[in-house]
Amino acid sequence: MNARNEKAMKRPGILVGVTTIFLIVCTFGVMAQENSDCFMCHSDKSLTKKIGRTTVSLYVAEKTFASSSHGSLSCTMCHVDLDGKELPHEPQLQKVECGPCHGVQQAMYEECLHGKSSKRGDALAPNCQSCHGTHDILPARDVRSAINPLRVPYLCGKCHREGAPVQLQRTIHQANILENYSESIHGEGLLRKGLIVSATCTSCHTAHQILPHTDTRSTIARRNIAKTCATCHSQIEEVHRKVIKGELWEKELHILPACVDCHQPHKARKVFYDQGMADRDCLRCHEKEGIKSSAGRSLFVSTEHLGQSMHAKTACSQCHTGVSPSRIRPCETVVQNVDCGSCHAEVAAEYQNSTHGKLFAENDPNAPTCLECHGTHQARGKRDPKSNTFPTRVPELCGKCHREGEKAAVRYTGKEHDIVNHYTESIHGKGLLKSGLVVTAMCTDCHGAHSELPSKNPNSSVHRDNVAHTCGKCHHGIEEKFEKSVHSPLVTKTDKELPACSECHSAHTIRRTDVSGFQLEIMQQCGRCHRKIATTYFDTYHGKVSQLGYTKTAKCYDCHGAHDILPVSNPESHLSRDNVVATCQKCHPGATRRFAGYLTHATHHDPEKYPILFWVFWGMTGLLIGTFVVGGLHTLLWLPRSLQWKRQLKQGKQPKTKQEQGTDE
Amino acid sequence: MSNTEIASEAVVRHEEYAEGKQFVRFSRLNRVLHVLMIVSFMSLALTGMTLKFSYTGWAATLSRLLGGFESAGFIHRVAAVIMIGVFITHIIDLVRLKRKEFGTWKAMITGPNTMLPTRNDLKDFVDSLKWFLGLSERPQYGRWTYWEKFDYFAVFWGIAVIGSTGFMLWFPEFFTLIVPGWFINVATIIHSDEALLATGFIFTVHFFNTHLRPEKFPMDLVVFTGYMPLEEFKHDKPAEYEAVVKNGELEKHLVDPYPPIVIKTIRLFAWSALALGFFMVVWIIYAMIFAYR
Repeated sequence: MNARNEKAMKRPGILVGVTTIFLIVCTFGVMAQENSDCFMCHSDKSLTKKIGRTTVSLYVAEKTFASSSHGSLSCTMCHVDLDGKELPHEPQLQKVECGPCHGVQQAMYEECLHGKSSKRGDALAPNCQSCHGTHDILPARDVRSAINPLRVPYLCGKCHREGAPVQLQRTIHQANILENYSESIHGEGLLRKGLIVSATCTSCHTAHQILPHTDTRSTIARRNIAKTCATCHSQIEEVHRKVIKGELWEKELHILPACVDCHQPHKARKVFYDQGMADRDCLRCHEKEGIKSSAGRSLFVSTEHLGQSMHAKTACSQCHTGVSPSRIRPCETVVQNVDCGSCHAEVAAEYQNSTHGKLFAENDPNAPTCLECHGTHQARGKRDPKSNTFPTRVPELCGKCHREGEKAAVRYTGKEHDIVNHYTESIHGKGLLKSGLVVTAMCTDCHGAHSELPSKNPNSSVHRDNVAHTCGKCHHGIEEKFEKSVHSPLVTKTDKELPACSECHSAHTIRRTDVSGFQLEIMQQCGRCHRKIATTYFDTYHGKVSQLGYTKTAKCYDCHGAHDILPVSNPESHLSRDNVVATCQKCHPGATRRFAGYLTHATHHDPEKYPILFWVFWGMTGLLIGTFVVGGLHTLLWLPRSLQWKRQLKQGKQPKTKQEQGTDE
Repeated sequence: MSNTEIASEAVVRHEEYAEGKQFVRFSRLNRVLHVLMIVSFMSLALTGMTLKFSYTGWAATLSRLLGGFESAGFIHRVAAVIMIGVFITHIIDLVRLKRKEFGTWKAMITGPNTMLPTRNDLKDFVDSLKWFLGLSERPQYGRWTYWEKFDYFAVFWGIAVIGSTGFMLWFPEFFTLIVPGWFINVATIIHSDEALLATGFIFTVHFFNTHLRPEKFPMDLVVFTGYMPLEEFKHDKPAEYEAVVKNGELEKHLVDPYPPIVIKTIRLFAWSALALGFFMVVWIIYAMIFAYR
């Protein structure tokens, strides 16, 4: 580096000024030579010179030069040693310096890996010309330019592709840079989709100030990476809110993974990133089965489990935060327990509000944490049949604590008992466990996986007011009907308790509704609230048949509907004037309007409501009592006489008839 | 020969002749009809009660035993048809009887053996009450006593009342073309209570009057065999005996008894019916008093 350049680097303002004046002077033809003078010789394609053994062409394409960025400059502006010299000049010329004009870039270059290598005399070190060319320099925006974004990977790749001398002979930490890049989301964007805003080599490494990542000034230094990535991904905090809580990104970098921990350099993929190199570092120790903590706890991590888990592609350091990559044992700075909530923030919030989470907050030893259900390194997704959280295995999982006699069941004070067995025998349990229908409702479908609360809590999914919605997740059609029915709190505003799904169907012993057991019991359920009307129903033929245990007769819901029960006054009701005949006709095809006048809840005990029935009944009863009184008395009076009569006959005494008596006389 | 002489001669002759003989009281058709009546009545009562007393545990068991409510209903209807058949057959038999033996209805209903209540029946009733109270001797009952006539007409009443309401319940869709729907409710009450009356009466009063009263105990087989031992006949129906002897027609009515195997079979059937009847009485009492709601 010459003194002028050093000075220029220090005072770029002056340099620009000097350059401008210089240009103006040139334009006014004060120069010793015109470019045409140079081209007199250099337009000859056969003009060559020998350097050592190699022959170098000295041909300069005039047209190419004229259309280049420097086309308007005179040759001697770069080849300064020829200024004012006689032509033809000496074959040995000074090296062209770009610095006088491009001082800033020159200065950066001097500091960077390329510049330093060059200064060391490294033959493989690139200089300005290596990238920008000589007489054919074009601006970066020109697609023909070697430094056009689209061509940058090729340009850098000349040296940094696998197998190139630089890659082979120099210490470059990354391998397969070009291949990886071209397959990465950036490479794909640039090379396949032609997005020139997509990151190329220089976007991250810069064009002239290429520094090793260990240099704190480097754009790829750990502390700067976020900033570098953020030049394009400016809203990335929003995307990574769960990880960085919005602001930790820059404030608490030391506990957070850097972009490249997850999105490896050159391999940044749209799909989630491969396990980082750091994992291999961790596993070097932790894959040994015997590894134990000072307290004797096994610290062994099964790579097999890890590989099959949901977190197979998650770096160790993402969960075990606080690692310091610069240390030999990066994990020695890990002090916190794994906080699943740093990624699973919403789930964690649900958990904290749940009974499980509240117990955990109270340091209750029975409280289940994430690990109890999901495990640690073998955490599999709920769609993995081998996962503890796979639907068919959930009842067993919850049963670990909620089975009768286990720790959760022992604490429980409510009415639901033996829930695991009951569930197993229920329609849902059979569907799930016997028929293997994984879409069947199991524990977490109703109670929530992370937000389970006791049914008394208004926020609980199984709270009376929410049950319909919870069931409606699967039985949506029913929910729609129910919401319009008289039993829905949306329709009926009352202080009395309205029946929720579970009132009739139960919670854990839900049965098929097309079997007689359920159909008969449901009437008792209706009768719990509608006592009088249920009693009178049992006085009628329908009621009597169902009481005998047969379902092939009209039951409450056959006439009133099951989920769409409406007051009879509602025109939509199955029993409204317009619909009642059709309802009867479901069973009695010949039913007419008059037929529908049958009193389905008639009782002969209510003289107010049903006077005719009342009096007919008492008329009949009077007849019955009268007949029995007369008949009974007759019989009772007869009995002693008859005994006497029999005795007489037995004793052989001919009981005398009147006539005989008469004859005797 | 005076009338009394003829009569006493007849008595003497009969006593020689009638050793071991039995008096024919019921025709073969009437006996068959009575058996059919028993079978259909029992079936109707049993199946009907499963519904009426559906609130008792027995009802459900019995209904199941009968093959479910539909099967029970089918049995009920078949039995109803049989009973109506019995009734119609009897009416036809009455017409035949009139033509054959009486010529005119008047002769039939005013004759000494009429089924219609007569002044004499009223007298017998009063005399019976007197006898019960020890104020008089046992009345001279004739061929048909007043309680037998009562039972006979109870069937007419029952067939009319239970039958008509039964048809309404059987074909409600048809009947409601004519009458309002609540008639079916009324029909239910009448059908059910009248049936209760009928079964209750038959299984207590009728059973006592004919089978259980001490001199007949444990049962009177006359309605099954049709024959009554002459001795028994003489004591039980003295007026008829007298009349028959007087007319000199006694021998016409005497036959040899059935062989023991026939009697045994009849006894088995009768016992079954009696037992079933008692069972139903017990059930009714239980259902009406202990389980009523």
